[in-house]
Amino acid sequence: MSVIPDNQRIVITGVGLTSPIGNTLAQMRRSLLDGVSGVTSIETRFMGRVLAGVCRFDEKQYQAGKERRRGTRAGAVSIFCSHEALKDAGIELKDRDTSRVGVFIGVTEHGTVETENEIAAIREYNYDVKYWSHHHNPRTVANNPAGEVTINLGIIGPHYTIGAACAAGNAGLIQAAQMLRLGEVDLAIGGGVSESIHSFGIFASFAAQNALADHADPTRASRPFDVDRKGIVVAEGGALFVLERLTDAKARSARIVCELVGYAMNSDAADPVLPTPQRLSQCMRKALDRARLEPSDVDILNTHATGTELGDIQEAEAIRDVFAGCSGVFVNNTKSYIGHAMGAAGALELAGNLPAFQDKVVHPTINVDRLDERCAMTGLVLNKPRTASRVNVILNNSFGMLGINSVVIVRRWAD
Amino acid sequence: MTKDVVKNIVLEIIAVVAPDEDLSDLRGDVRLRDQLDMDSMDFLDIVMELRKRYKVEVPKEDYPRLATLDGCVEYLQPRLAAVNVPV
Repeated sequence: MSVIPDNQRIVITGVGLTSPIGNTLAQMRRSLLDGVSGVTSIETRFMGRVLAGVCRFDEKQYQAGKERRRGTRAGAVSIFCSHEALKDAGIELKDRDTSRVGVFIGVTEHGTVETENEIAAIREYNYDVKYWSHHHNPRTVANNPAGEVTINLGIIGPHYTIGAACAAGNAGLIQAAQMLRLGEVDLAIGGGVSESIHSFGIFASFAAQNALADHADPTRASRPFDVDRKGIVVAEGGALFVLERLTDAKARSARIVCELVGYAMNSDAADPVLPTPQRLSQCMRKALDRARLEPSDVDILNTHATGTELGDIQEAEAIRDVFAGCSGVFVNNTKSYIGHAMGAAGALELAGNLPAFQDKVVHPTINVDRLDERCAMTGLVLNKPRTASRVNVILNNSFGMLGINSVVIVRRWAD
Repeated sequence: MTKDVVKNIVLEIIAVVAPDEDLSDLRGDVRLRDQLDMDSMDFLDIVMELRKRYKVEVPKEDYPRLATLDGCVEYLQPRLAAVNVPV
């Protein structure tokens, strides 16, 4: 029995996503269990061919042509995921007081893509700023993806994005839970999105950092923990969840996907790009404490690992520290399939693991031909799925630049 | 004929700016905003498209003259001709 009152317990009742390996949780799950990568090669401005995780959903499914013309890719991803999540939760907003609905979307960055596009557009006019679009500001304000959702769905409650680098997917989820606990909203849409593959600058910056992956076979490029990993494959995507207080979910007899039992965020206060193992450990411990769980209670740990040399090692060190002696914890990774979906990463990777509560199968991290021994962890699931005897608790790591760390813990729902 | 060409130029731009609208029964003498789901940002798109496609500048004080399709044709016909658009 939980000691937290039901009106402070937060449950997920709907999942909406688009990923490079599927536009529904069922499709994504099938790809994860079948070892199917969604990484492909695309042409990008100034850089030519790069590898990326690309989503293929119908932008017009939930948006009119004019909305699309005015909006952003991140807005389109957010709107698609929001509709899918609400549908999954069995919620019709027309039956709701939408002043009590909030939208909280994590983003790594926003506005980079739109600014690059606008500069490319005025380049055609010899950089005459008369040709700079009046849509630039509404497209690039930091709240854009969440704001587009409220306009599309007629939600008049609070909305904003949470800028949290690549910890943003978890951060959006955490913000949603906090707003529900504060009683500021009765229904929250929370998670993260990314449109980053449409910015050449993001690829170029990773390349300049010697942290951009490449491989003759795109599906083999994203390979966290492998000796031959070469860095990040940038991906786009989104995963948004419908969250409710347990009391409200029960009152409407909602199907409960899982309970959000623990979370934590902290800061390295060290280096702009390199993570600090002690802070990662502290973040995981803080989330476990909040969930009133021991490390050995965790059944699946989804790693953040992106395929950079040092980042993977640092996270593995932190996990070995926190989970020392816990032989029953399965450790996996989702970026090896979809690449690094930036602001969406934490939310998408959590989503991909949720079906394990039912099927008890742990998807592996793929593309590990030779494990880097510095990344070895007890329970690391390599290349082939494993079946667990129980899956009650999933811990999801998501870390980002400027030393921002986030951990979310969810528990299988069993009333 | 000449007015029809100008009208088609305007309709082509409106079709881009308001892609979900049916323009087949658009009346020339009724305000565009009263017939179509258009706001000030869409209107600025029309001004921008005229600038990009035909190098025609519409100063802010002239915006009211573009309120209807007929008004657009009347206003733009000489200006498109002035920038050598074959109308």
